[in-house]
Amino acid sequence: MDKIDLSRRAFIRTAVAAGGGMVLGFNIPATRDAAAATVQPELWKPPAGGVEVNAWLTIDADGVVTIRVPHTEMGQGGMTSVAQLVAEELDVPWEKVRAVLADANRHVTRGNEYKDMSTGGSNLVRNRHPHIMQAGASARERLREAAARKWGVDRAQVTAKQGVLTAGANRGTYGEFATAAAQIALPQEPKIKAYGDWWLLGKDVPRMDVAPKVNGSAIYPIDVRVPGMVYAAVRACPVPGGRLKSFDFAAVKARPGVIAAIELKQSKANLGNSDMRSAIAVVADSFYRAKVALDLMPIEWDLGPGAQNSYAAMDAQARDLMDKEAKHAEEVRGDPRPLLASPGGKVVTGSYARPYETHAPMSPPAAVANVTAERVDVWSFTQNVAATLLLAADQAGRSPKDVFVHGTFQGGAFGQGNAVDITRQAVELSKQLGKPVKVIWTREEDTAQARSRPPIWARFQAVLGADGLPTAMLSRAVGETFNPAYADRGIANMPYNVPHFRYERHVVPTNIPVGPNRAPGNNANGFTIEQYVDELALAGGWDPLEWRIKMTEGNERWQRVLLKLKEVSGFTTKLPRGQGMGIAVVESHGSTVGVCATVEVTRRGQLSVEKILVVTNSGYVINPRAANEQVYGCVAWELSHTLQGGLDLREGRFRNTNFDGYKLTRMADMPPVESVYAMSQDGWWGGFGETAGPPTPPAIANAIFFATGKRIRSTPILQHNLSWA
Amino acid sequence: MNLTLSVNGTSHQVDVEPETPLLWVLRDTIGLTGTKYGCGIAQCGACMVHIDGQAVKSCNVNAAAAVGKRITTIEGLSPDSSHPVQKAWLEHTVPQCGYCQSGQIMSAAALLQRAPNPTDRQIDDAMSENLCRCGTYLQIREAIHAAAKLGRS
Repeated sequence: MDKIDLSRRAFIRTAVAAGGGMVLGFNIPATRDAAAATVQPELWKPPAGGVEVNAWLTIDADGVVTIRVPHTEMGQGGMTSVAQLVAEELDVPWEKVRAVLADANRHVTRGNEYKDMSTGGSNLVRNRHPHIMQAGASARERLREAAARKWGVDRAQVTAKQGVLTAGANRGTYGEFATAAAQIALPQEPKIKAYGDWWLLGKDVPRMDVAPKVNGSAIYPIDVRVPGMVYAAVRACPVPGGRLKSFDFAAVKARPGVIAAIELKQSKANLGNSDMRSAIAVVADSFYRAKVALDLMPIEWDLGPGAQNSYAAMDAQARDLMDKEAKHAEEVRGDPRPLLASPGGKVVTGSYARPYETHAPMSPPAAVANVTAERVDVWSFTQNVAATLLLAADQAGRSPKDVFVHGTFQGGAFGQGNAVDITRQAVELSKQLGKPVKVIWTREEDTAQARSRPPIWARFQAVLGADGLPTAMLSRAVGETFNPAYADRGIANMPYNVPHFRYERHVVPTNIPVGPNRAPGNNANGFTIEQYVDELALAGGWDPLEWRIKMTEGNERWQRVLLKLKEVSGFTTKLPRGQGMGIAVVESHGSTVGVCATVEVTRRGQLSVEKILVVTNSGYVINPRAANEQVYGCVAWELSHTLQGGLDLREGRFRNTNFDGYKLTRMADMPPVESVYAMSQDGWWGGFGETAGPPTPPAIANAIFFATGKRIRSTPILQHNLSWA
Repeated sequence: MNLTLSVNGTSHQVDVEPETPLLWVLRDTIGLTGTKYGCGIAQCGACMVHIDGQAVKSCNVNAAAAVGKRITTIEGLSPDSSHPVQKAWLEHTVPQCGYCQSGQIMSAAALLQRAPNPTDRQIDDAMSENLCRCGTYLQIREAIHAAAKLGRS
């Protein structure tokens, strides 16, 4: 890929502007002092000196373009992506581009002016680029029209390039024409540029949000300080579904700094994603004092029936169910059962399981709310400031027009920011106390209360034809009650051309609410079907890579990935014992991603993942460098849950709620990752933020099989004995 | 109880219980929020600071034990992001969400202090004290090697 001429030494800098609005871009002097963390609530306003050409951008007299980003920056590079998409159309030098977070209140009160502020599902670039690019294109055409009118020429004669408008001998800057452009109505909005006409998209652009993240000045919800603020530590029932019975505030009331204990009542019997659970909060003048008092305060819970639940019980029930036909069934390509039952057929069976996992964003969730007579101000853990605004309005009992949700960076979110009740907790506490309140969940509280990634069980059966390829296949998956459909992803819609294919799904009951977690469904299911495919291929005498190529004939996006894997991976099943390569391919969030893992396993069973190669087909890529960073991150994410991870559910609660028991990948465990692209460029766009994860676990497990002869049917893998003789 | 702490070359009088973890004194009492809370049990390294030049997890040190010591936080590592580790972090665009990066940078700076030209093995050992959920480990490794070069030049 080409590199645009951006001096990487011209470090991006940042300023924390008055009011806490962070402006990111090139060459803005860095400021860094403790006061920066104290933000004064104030109405959003455009940066001084800038003219608003449309809701998405302002241009100042010096030609600096400030782009408003409706989406959350949680480490995925969304601020840079939006700025890049707008700048492509506007045609403005990258050094002149700034990014700020857009105002949720404006969006909500002006009829969803930014269309959609949600951030998730790897949607930002793949599904939102048309309207984001349109904002830039529409501004550019207004600038051209303004210049055309002034110069008395036709708009078609005016060129807009790199911040400069020209027509013959006439020349002017975007800054000079911004005010006039803002007044212009066009009879018809311009079309956005097609692939091939890009000058900035497709090029490596350094992320804009790096500078404040190397000197401690980046502000996350946990860092926000408002004058007069008090701190709350909260605890919901440790067994999800249970309720608070009683608490003895008198026992801790006299402790230093302690202000109050407040019960947070569960809002309804069946909780939605962001509804408030039964919980107790202790409020003090510092978080540590609140936390210690909460730890010491006697609390009684009505644990409810969830206290009988355990992973062992769910696992036993799921394995039992997989022997039985399920009501939820879909015959995708005709009924395979007669063929599976016919005598003499070679039937191959494989079953697999994944446990509960959690997001564990490095920042435990935090929220600040200030409910006053006039207005409500919120800084919170979220992936959608507009949705959070409506939640806060609902909890405060106020009109959305009086609610202001302020953008901050997020210290990781991974889907959890779409399904969390901490905003309601903070608003409720502030409303009751009449003061600004900061709520922080401890790591233990986060693991206990996050909407977890669900477990899955899956069993596959297929019968082989004379050529060793399957003629009929039955998939039977088991999901859980809160979101059973996660169990379907990648299994019900598997791409392999088996002539007869039926999918069934069972459900086991649980008390643990679940929610989205980086590539939900696919993140667990890839491990099941992509190992089974290897078993099936080997049973029929096929090379696993050749089997996949054969079984996806006619599927251009898969073929492109598989053929690229064949070209670059050096995949072979012929390595000496103790070494193995494994491949797997998963399609999720619109992208098809193949992984080749190389492992070594000592005779005594010590596993070392030597290399991960990732081949992505997302159709297009706008910023290869930032996309690679997401690939590396996705691999690390799934490496955590493949090798270690695994939440231990007993008596209705997780027992390993901190990093001493919930082990995640660290530097020493991280293999080299190579990211390669195999883009179809066929008009279809896939996502990048979560798609390299799902094929990683099965590729590693398949590699372990070739190294040891052992088929690993559940995670965490490091709990299995991998020794071989 | 009144304690005197020396942070980034400035003396701070703080009124806290002596057993309060240094992390919360830095964040809530002194207002230096660059040092982060991640686990509270010395597992994740988000709260890494330097005490008398050594990398220490500030959630695991009580305020009283830090009296009389020289405490450096990310805010005090350099006045203008010019420490070789910060420069390398910028150059290699290491952070994603960024939340763990103050701790990562403090660990890396302490590593380079004692091993100016670290091997991958030394990097693995030192940096495995710090968790990163975004998975920036590969960029961290590259950036530490780059910072070592910057430090030598």
